[in-house]
Amino acid sequence: MKIIYTDALVVGGGLAGLRSAIAARDKGLDTIVLSMVPVKRSHSAAAQGGMQASLANSVKGEGDNEDIHFADTVKGSDWGCDQKVARMFVTTAPKAIRELAAWGVPWSRIGKGERTVVINGKHETFNERDEAYGLINARDFGGTKKWRTCYTSDATGHTMLYAVANEALKRDVDIHDKKEAISIIHDNGVCHGVIVRDLINGELIAYVARGTMIATGGYGRIYKQSTNAIICKGIGTAIVLETGIAELGNMEAVQFHPTPIVPSGILLTEGCRGDGGVLRDKDGYRFMPDYEPEKKELASRDVVSRRMIEHIRKGKGVKSPYGDHLWLDISILGREHIEKNLRDVQDIAISFNGIDPADEGPKGWMPVLPMQHYSMGGIRVKPTGESTTMKGLFSAGEAACWDLHGFNRLGGNSVSEAVVSGMIVGEYFAQYCHETHLNTNTSVIEGHLEAQINYLKEILSYDGGLNIFDIKDEMRSIMQEKVGIFRNGDDLLEAVHRLEALLKKTKEITVESKSLGNNPGLNEAYRVPKMLKLALCAAKGALQRTESRGAHYREDYPKRDDMHWLKRTITTWENPEDTLPSIHYEEIDIMEMEMPPAFRGYGRKDSLIENPMSAQREAEIEEIRKTLGTVDRFTIQEALLDYELPGKLKHKNERVGVGYA
Amino acid sequence: MPENENYREIEITVFRYNPQDKDSTPEYQTYTLTETPGMTLYIALIQIWSKMDHDLSFDFVCRAGICGSCSMVVNGKPRLACKTRTNEFEDGKITLLPLPAFKHIKDLSVDTGNWMNAMSKKLESWIHTQEETDLSRIEKPVDPEVADEVFELDRCIECGICLASCSTKIMRDDFVGAVGLNRTARFSIDPHDQRTDEDFYELIGDENGVFGCMSLMGCEDHCPKNLPLQTKIAYMRRKMVKVK
Repeated sequence: MKIIYTDALVVGGGLAGLRSAIAARDKGLDTIVLSMVPVKRSHSAAAQGGMQASLANSVKGEGDNEDIHFADTVKGSDWGCDQKVARMFVTTAPKAIRELAAWGVPWSRIGKGERTVVINGKHETFNERDEAYGLINARDFGGTKKWRTCYTSDATGHTMLYAVANEALKRDVDIHDKKEAISIIHDNGVCHGVIVRDLINGELIAYVARGTMIATGGYGRIYKQSTNAIICKGIGTAIVLETGIAELGNMEAVQFHPTPIVPSGILLTEGCRGDGGVLRDKDGYRFMPDYEPEKKELASRDVVSRRMIEHIRKGKGVKSPYGDHLWLDISILGREHIEKNLRDVQDIAISFNGIDPADEGPKGWMPVLPMQHYSMGGIRVKPTGESTTMKGLFSAGEAACWDLHGFNRLGGNSVSEAVVSGMIVGEYFAQYCHETHLNTNTSVIEGHLEAQINYLKEILSYDGGLNIFDIKDEMRSIMQEKVGIFRNGDDLLEAVHRLEALLKKTKEITVESKSLGNNPGLNEAYRVPKMLKLALCAAKGALQRTESRGAHYREDYPKRDDMHWLKRTITTWENPEDTLPSIHYEEIDIMEMEMPPAFRGYGRKDSLIENPMSAQREAEIEEIRKTLGTVDRFTIQEALLDYELPGKLKHKNERVGVGYA
Repeated sequence: MPENENYREIEITVFRYNPQDKDSTPEYQTYTLTETPGMTLYIALIQIWSKMDHDLSFDFVCRAGICGSCSMVVNGKPRLACKTRTNEFEDGKITLLPLPAFKHIKDLSVDTGNWMNAMSKKLESWIHTQEETDLSRIEKPVDPEVADEVFELDRCIECGICLASCSTKIMRDDFVGAVGLNRTARFSIDPHDQRTDEDFYELIGDENGVFGCMSLMGCEDHCPKNLPLQTKIAYMRRKMVKVK
């Protein structure tokens, strides 16, 4: 039996995992990163448009600070997020981007003099401040009050990932790629590592560590149409669920991005609209201002996606063999801008659709349709990143629900969260690994290893004749059709029943090759049951949540219900033989909020069931402000909500023209 | 996908071999499938895998030309399979081989990660500086044009196609390739990096570095990101020649 020991074990080699590994190495810990693919191929690389951080360098970001980023994030989440975590995040984001700049990320910088941009379909010219020359630039993004999204053309995730991966290599973080974690080793409620399948030769290996971090990203591939890379199957999340002890949070909170290209589902960044691109219907008509007069194309993603489907339902979609779609028009930005700041978008449109988006008029319009994009739900952890119910198990990035995004994530907050949580949670994780001694015995480890070997052999012995790929396809169609952008009780109930039946059927398959070695058919055979469990968590969570919040929209319960549903969905899988998850709820306390629930400023105004506590807390906040008198924003903030950050991360952030104010 | 009798049949011939299996011998296997509009090699191979042959190995991740996983030899040329459309091939016959120059894993799957990580370490592919960064303070300003130049070279996706197109790599297994030379060019123009030409000479001033390149430029011809590899290798060579 092969057992590998280390101090800190990180599963997942994207931005969150690698940045956490750096935190661990900087504490002198032996650190291993496991990844299914070479780490620089992780899905973080696909983030295009940018990273939010309130630097306030550009004139269009002037006046921006942590408070405004915080308010945007909370509104974006539809008050589902943990405001303490949101505070931790917005305070650290400027530091994260400055660290990345020092590590060589070639952020787009502010030039001298006049700058011409497209806003609301018109060209506008303004002057950048001299003192901001050479500082990090920002573009506009949906759901934000200020231009806050920093970028490197439309390959932001790529440049960030390369910088962080190279820093990890510099520190001798031990990277083991083509390795897939298929089970958590745990004992008495403590995590001791993972059982790993080597994807080259099929060997099973126990990786044993003082602390284990799961940073395996989202579970978008349970949907038929998703912008996610094909590795985003949520296996890391599923093996945590399978412990029966650790919990998942808000699995029904799934984001649909407004503008993936049809039919491949490859993302076209929100930067397209942030830079001034518009959505058009079959008549070439720009329809978003009719629905969202204030934010137009730049309302939050959940709102824009729903408005698009609403418009298609009115018969305004463009017919195609792949169903109805709408158009994204960026030609108005001009060829020069596109070839500099949206070049991957142009490359994707040319390569996959034969359309050059810089061509003027309808010829350059790109076919788009909302598709699954981001998993707000994930492994439920405390603000330190440690599992609420299992010691020594941490999670960060998209895999985690610590809960920054609530029921809708803002564009530009994902890669930002990945590095920021890598800094914060990475630090707490490193502390834990530093202070904790491994306390397990080989019989526990061997028991877990044995169980997985037996499980794989059991799969190879199934002889029911079904094809696991057919089961997977059916799951993905069910999620697409019944647990999508618009949801209702009947569809969701049907989805739960059908997914449960599918889960049972995964034991009636036949895997053709009986090899325990490199066997891609076997890979799917053990992954699909795990994906189905996540699909069931999402579907059942959506069925039980009889309200609409953020990306979770129930046509039969169209209002956000702060009276009954200001709570987080917590899902567990109690027994391995169960065919359905168990759900309970965690209350979100309005009286602890810095910003009590209100109207978001976009979306439907009339769709709110208010909780009287909101007004009560609002009055309380007013009282606190009055009592404090004239003090700076930091003093007020502290009086309203207390939060902690490790080391220097809580320090104030300097900005052009205002210093540390 | 609509059924349509006007769609043609295409033949995809794939190299099959599992070097880890003693009973396996290298062979070609041909799959016939119906070409659908906009079909890429990604779509075709996923279809073969899920419908015809669950045992076929290949590497896709982003399927959007961004991550560099799916490099393979397509009718003799190294390319990203995800961005290769099947309708480019008039006779509908496509032969796929694994990317040379890397350790073969199985069928179309190769190990690029370990080689690329070793190259990145060998070339110390990170910022070298004595300056301490205070994360609370305003970042160091950078000339916007310089930032754009660095970005241009930072676009490399480590797909390995430059190495698969390189004759030096066939002769010298330790040659760092265009991917490595471009990387040093990238850091040499980065204002955050304080390394001198002498420092870079230590890394690439030999036959496994910039003097190994024979200027055949297969790398630039095939680079899917259209990186200016020829100019940048020449740029580094001129700099290195001057180092005493």
